[in-house]
Amino acid sequence: MNRTYELMFIVRPDMTEEDLDKLLSMLQSIVPASGGSIVKVDKMGKRRLAYTVKRFHEGIYVLMVVEGGGAVIHELERRLRVTEQVIKFLTVRTDEEQKRLDKIKALRDARKKVSAQPAAPAPVAAAEAPAVPEAPATA
Amino acid sequence: MADETKAPEQSAPSERPRPSGDRPSGDRPRFGGGGGGRGPGGPPREGGRKFFRRKKVCKFCTEKIDAISYRDVRLLQGFVAERGKIVPRRLTGVCTRHQRRLSLAIKQSRNIALLAFAARF
Repeated sequence: MNRTYELMFIVRPDMTEEDLDKLLSMLQSIVPASGGSIVKVDKMGKRRLAYTVKRFHEGIYVLMVVEGGGAVIHELERRLRVTEQVIKFLTVRTDEEQKRLDKIKALRDARKKVSAQPAAPAPVAAAEAPAVPEAPATA
Repeated sequence: MADETKAPEQSAPSERPRPSGDRPSGDRPRFGGGGGGRGPGGPPREGGRKFFRRKKVCKFCTEKIDAISYRDVRLLQGFVAERGKIVPRRLTGVCTRHQRRLSLAIKQSRNIALLAFAARF
């Protein structure tokens, strides 16, 4: 049961850097405890919110990418809900989308190799191109 | 609804800065506002020729953008009208598959306050 999730959450803008680091290390310690692993944690910095959330106009965005089963997410979401500094969060499962993207990429690469060989006729077509617009001008 | 499909030809974005006197009377102010939010997928139209319609192509297919992430606010903003509504496919030219993913991404983005549900007034 290995799934990838993206957890994005917003904390209050008046939170200090140390408090945020403390919160993040707390969240990071939960993940291995419930059988998952952290891929990355990214502090995206302060950003204006598109609408007011709990009377805040801006917030500090944090993105976490987590691998593991549903239990990990369940616990993380519970913690986020309980933590008062966190004003909003969103979890998105990304592994299936990633699988689809990899498939498309592989397909595209395979096609590129095929189309790379008949590259010779291209200059011929380019040479013919300027001749075409001249025809209506003389007529 | 039948009028709405005709509106894009009359109120092309390039036409808007002109004084309003020489505009067709059928121009709706609602569409004038939404025109700015029309996606980059919609090609620029010339204002004068009314019956000229360029074939719209899907931005995501032509530029080979596979992943439509809710984090990419810049990209999504092009497909949201000024009021915050998702711009319909018939205006942007996005293909069905990509419109589905696009609308999902916009909705996720709204949820995390990257995009607005509705514009403030």
